[in-house]
Amino acid sequence: MEIFKADRIEKKFGNFFALNDVSISVPQGSVFGLLGPNGAGKTTLIRIINQITIPDKGTLTFKGRPLKPDDVAHIGYLPEERGLYKKMKAGEQALYLARLRGVPKDTALKKLKEWFEKFDLAPWWDKKIEDLSKGMQQKIQFIVTILHEPELLIFDEPFSGFDPINTNLLKKEILNMKEKGSTIIFSTHNMGSVEELCDYITLINKSKCILEGPISKVRDNYKSNVFELGFTGDEEKLKASLNGNYELSDISAEQGIKKALIKIRNINPEENQLLSSIIDKVHIISFTEVLPDMNEIFIKAVQNANMQLPEEMKVQQK
Amino acid sequence: MGKINLIIQREYLTRVRKKSFVIMTILGPILFAAFMIVPAWLATIQDTEEKVIAVVDQSGMFNNKIPDTDYLSFRYLDNANLDSLKKDFQQKGYYGILFIPKIVTYSPNSVELFSDKQPSMSIKMHIASALEKEIENKKLKAHNIENLDKILESVKTSVKINTIKITENGTEKRSSTGIAMAVGYAAGFLIYFFIFLFGAQVMRGVLEEKTNRIVEVMVSSVKPFQLMMGKIIGLALVGLTQFILWIVLTFGLVAAGQSILFPQLNKTETEKATSQQFFSSSVNQEDESQLSVASDDMDQIKDVLQSIKNINFGAMIGSFIFFFLGGYLLYASLFAAIGSAVDNETDTQQFMFPITIPLIIGIFVMLNTINNPEGSIAFWFSIIPFTSPIVMMVRIPFGVPYWQLALSMALLILTFIGTTWVAAKIYRTGILMYGKKVNYKELWKWLRY
Repeated sequence: MEIFKADRIEKKFGNFFALNDVSISVPQGSVFGLLGPNGAGKTTLIRIINQITIPDKGTLTFKGRPLKPDDVAHIGYLPEERGLYKKMKAGEQALYLARLRGVPKDTALKKLKEWFEKFDLAPWWDKKIEDLSKGMQQKIQFIVTILHEPELLIFDEPFSGFDPINTNLLKKEILNMKEKGSTIIFSTHNMGSVEELCDYITLINKSKCILEGPISKVRDNYKSNVFELGFTGDEEKLKASLNGNYELSDISAEQGIKKALIKIRNINPEENQLLSSIIDKVHIISFTEVLPDMNEIFIKAVQNANMQLPEEMKVQQK
Repeated sequence: MGKINLIIQREYLTRVRKKSFVIMTILGPILFAAFMIVPAWLATIQDTEEKVIAVVDQSGMFNNKIPDTDYLSFRYLDNANLDSLKKDFQQKGYYGILFIPKIVTYSPNSVELFSDKQPSMSIKMHIASALEKEIENKKLKAHNIENLDKILESVKTSVKINTIKITENGTEKRSSTGIAMAVGYAAGFLIYFFIFLFGAQVMRGVLEEKTNRIVEVMVSSVKPFQLMMGKIIGLALVGLTQFILWIVLTFGLVAAGQSILFPQLNKTETEKATSQQFFSSSVNQEDESQLSVASDDMDQIKDVLQSIKNINFGAMIGSFIFFFLGGYLLYASLFAAIGSAVDNETDTQQFMFPITIPLIIGIFVMLNTINNPEGSIAFWFSIIPFTSPIVMMVRIPFGVPYWQLALSMALLILTFIGTTWVAAKIYRTGILMYGKKVNYKELWKWLRY
């Protein structure tokens, strides 16, 4: 069941395609990673989801029906470019933003007090924003984003500017929101946190969707049948035992244990065969498949896409 | 609608609570009141110190001919030595020495007044007119005309022009060109000043939201148009608040000042005069008789008060508020568009220029209009919406036909809707556009997104 769907979205600024035939579908209760290089169109897509920008073509569906302006009450958005009124007091400011999202004054006040307490911000309630540290300001923005308990949360680079302790605090809260049933769209360049948090990803490059799906499947698709073998013994014996189906790419040694990277060339790989052919040659300590990390997948996918880009598109991009 | 109210509330409250607003609100009326009260007070202030002037009259023509006033008397000294008197006139209790040489009839500029202080204008004028009268009489007498005194008495004439304005419904009102000019000027300048001050505040507010990156959080909750209009309306209310406080406080101060400084206008009349003067929309001629002040010194003040009374203040304030709001709304949306299009305040200059030009033209035309409120320049510029708020305000105290007023107001409303529409389009794109040098071509593109 999808909580949000964008179907064949197109957005042009003048002659420039910001989004070209992009579709995403965000499953209910998932953490959905929206990835892509700078300028790919992520922010435009996020703005379209938030109804800040109107798409030229395409349809948007929220909870099975067309997205409508009132839905902002069920969406929380933490933009990458975020700020607060410097001269306003912290509590006043948070209350104002919460009420703009449609939370009644009393409820907002009560919840804000709780959150300020939780995030160690209570003593700062009556201080002006300009007197707060950047981290505190970011925490206030985070609180305001989730205060109205939205069903769909959109975080654009939520961890930028946070120290590791606060990053963990935020991660915990994000996962907490997920447990409570919120769906999260998560846009970042930090691939480590994508692997850690996301269930699904979509990769946008140059206004087009180039990769999508559950993260485990994406990583599966990008695996290159490379296995890491940890062993002790004579590496020459190992080399001799490998036939044409296998390629030994690298051997390194660390604390007496040697590590070999072996790629299986066979289209239909049979790692057990590999094992059985080497099992009496060296002493095997470990044998694991090397899965590509999101960083590699990201780079590979983008490079492939750029190579395939037709000439006319390149002209248009200028 | 609830959201736009929240925005208006925030804009209004954060500004009204600022120290600068409070200071301006208090200082403004004090200054205005001072401008109104101090000159009037200075004009009527009386020298209560008694002054005696020694007269050394070598011509012998003026013995006891210069009349004493309440605070000024003349002692005629025969055969006094001017040089020795100059040394000790202070000890003898004289304020100064008036020296009239023998040849005064032929050389009237040779009269001298010695004093250790700067004699006031009124003393000089009093003496000069007495001497002039005496010398003229002497010269006339030299012609040996019979019954000269009688003839002189019978030809004596004094002309004073009362300007009476015939209003559209036929009633006549005493008017004063000077007062109409002053009121028109003040209103025109105030509007100019308000548009600039509050327009620039709108621009700075938009720029603040943009550069502090508040705007993206905001527009995910409210429509850009709501955000822009909320700010514009909020600031309009701040302006109105300030204006109303200024009026109330200024008139309060003026009334207080009048009753303290002009106790001669007896109290009940003062109160009536001030209240009528500023808050009644139309005052009949009859009131004038009630406001009869015995003293001659009060005549001029009475005239001024009467003329002020005859300006239609209800209509004046009503149209002021209309043109203030209309002009402000027209320009404020443009200011907002500029604020949204640029990244910092220095970049606003190139776009400020075309907005400033019509306002400054308005001020120049206003200066011209003062002299010729019915002229074609005054007419056209009070109809064209970009200058009409300023120019029309100057024409109103002189009387403007209703159809012109209606046309001007209608055009102003239409133009304000138009500029707001254009501004909203620029604003919508501009607030989310960073790091781009914007020029007019770019703005034109945004209009068509």
